[in-house]
Amino acid sequence: MNFEFRAVYWREMVKFFRFKSTLFSSLIQPVMWLAFFGLAMSKSFDKLTSLLPNTPGIPNVDYLTYMGAGIIAMDVLFSSLFGGTSLLFDKKYSLLKETLASPIPRINIVMGIGLSSITKAFIQTGIIIIFGKLIGMNFFKGYDIIQTLVSVVGIFLLVGIFTLGFFFLSGSIAITVDQPEGMQSILTLLSMPLFFISNALYPVDSFPEVLKFLSIFNPLTLLSNGIRYFALGTNFSVMGGHYIYTTADITMYFMGLIFFALVMLSIVLWRFDKVDV
Amino acid sequence: MTTNVIEVNNLEHKYNDLKAVDDISFTVKKGEIFSFLGPNGAGKSTVINVLTTLRKIQKGEAKVNGYNVAKESKEVRRSIGIVFQMMCIDYEMTVFENLEYHGKIYSMPKNERRNRINELIKLTELEAKRNTLAKDLSGGMKRRLELARGLMTKPAVLFLDEPTVGFDIQTRMRIWEYLRKIKREGTTIFLTTHYMEEADQLSDRISIIDHGKIIATGSVLDLKNQLGEDLIYLETSDNKAAAGVLKTLESVKGVNEDTKFLRVMLEGDVTHILPKIMDKVRQNGIEITTVNIKKPSMDDVFIHYTGHGLRGEELEEQHENIKIAEVLK
Repeated sequence: MNFEFRAVYWREMVKFFRFKSTLFSSLIQPVMWLAFFGLAMSKSFDKLTSLLPNTPGIPNVDYLTYMGAGIIAMDVLFSSLFGGTSLLFDKKYSLLKETLASPIPRINIVMGIGLSSITKAFIQTGIIIIFGKLIGMNFFKGYDIIQTLVSVVGIFLLVGIFTLGFFFLSGSIAITVDQPEGMQSILTLLSMPLFFISNALYPVDSFPEVLKFLSIFNPLTLLSNGIRYFALGTNFSVMGGHYIYTTADITMYFMGLIFFALVMLSIVLWRFDKVDV
Repeated sequence: MTTNVIEVNNLEHKYNDLKAVDDISFTVKKGEIFSFLGPNGAGKSTVINVLTTLRKIQKGEAKVNGYNVAKESKEVRRSIGIVFQMMCIDYEMTVFENLEYHGKIYSMPKNERRNRINELIKLTELEAKRNTLAKDLSGGMKRRLELARGLMTKPAVLFLDEPTVGFDIQTRMRIWEYLRKIKREGTTIFLTTHYMEEADQLSDRISIIDHGKIIATGSVLDLKNQLGEDLIYLETSDNKAAAGVLKTLESVKGVNEDTKFLRVMLEGDVTHILPKIMDKVRQNGIEITTVNIKKPSMDDVFIHYTGHGLRGEELEEQHENIKIAEVLK
């Protein structure tokens, strides 16, 4: 068994805390999403949907709280998708050479950086949950301590798996392309459909059938739903729609994300195997 | 265990149809500095890449520290240190952190790691720079950091691919000093270079490599002695004709024509042969404009074996550096 991924992780974290600009932006980014996008969107949506009748007897969730889950998902999506970029620069400036020439299996590099992506994602998720509470995002409403704790653990688990999946994807691209510009355009191309064909920001009920169908397989949808299961409860209504999450649903979200991460892992390992020093 | 740290037999390597390494065999003994001297594109880096298992071996057999590079790449990698031609330290980490990372990925226990870092920082005289970011080091210091890193795991052999390429002569000489120090501490060094002076100054033994083939191997002294004790450089009104005439003389071992002059290798004592040579040339109606006697240099050795100088620009750069080195001496 190899534990050298810890060395790779250590190096990533040293640099994460060293670059004050990236550190600052990664901490401030989730706050900005919530403060600007979240508040602006929720005010308009709440205004539009205030006339819709609520299902009686079902707890009603305001839009900011509903969207909060999606904001976590999106923030984590963007940071993990761009997480592979550092790998591209490491490759470009031959920094990878040292590690690639060492006796450790290459999966250590992938896991080490993946773990650092997870750490960063956890920090961001934590910030959104805490800052969200301050501006009126009603996560864990009516939960006791134990329920809250279990929910937080659940959310972090989902976020972790999701982050790994997208970091592996991003890493495969980084190790394959040669130019940062190329990587940038691929990522932009990818993030667009991921972002919009999901229920991160709005329910997909009124999507055209094709998009609705596609959205089921979108990891962003799986994550948003999963977070909602833990943060909003299994039975709520929002914007006139009634949502019930069952144990089968949450199991499926986990399985879906795990499957996605495993597929991406095999791709990234295959791409890493091809790298010449 | 043999005392050969590297054993290579009939190594061949192709890129598509291009034969970069052509049936090479050599051994490197424990504790020596062994150099591959040859122009860019001669196949030196390919040999290093195969020996360090960064490239799969295609044909032939190679052993490093007793391990087969084809089958025991992990053991080979544990036995070696590498300093790449391209600088590849992490500029955003300190000297200490760069070494610490290396020790960690080679699974060195903490105590051993820290002790080794202290030793190496001392060896490369980077004590004052321990907590300096690598990007703030001078070029020579960065190279020293890379040397230190290559030595972290106390490798059986340290591979250096063109260790001083692109450095000014003072920095280069500094790095040579460190390499000698490393050798004295018992590390075997395998290096490639296209600098004659570097091979000459550092190596116990040299292989001259050109177009993927080893042309000659030996100690610096042996190689030079092959050319006789002294060389005569002649400039005449008709070098071609003069070369033809000189080749008939018994005391002349060989004649190379260079762009401007003739390089005459001798069989015996220059003081007796020189008058004969001058007479013979003059008798044939050829005017001698300059005569120069010198001890063979690695340049001469290289030209003797390959029939050409290090190609193009490098040669000029080479001469430039040798001149500077001579001035400094």
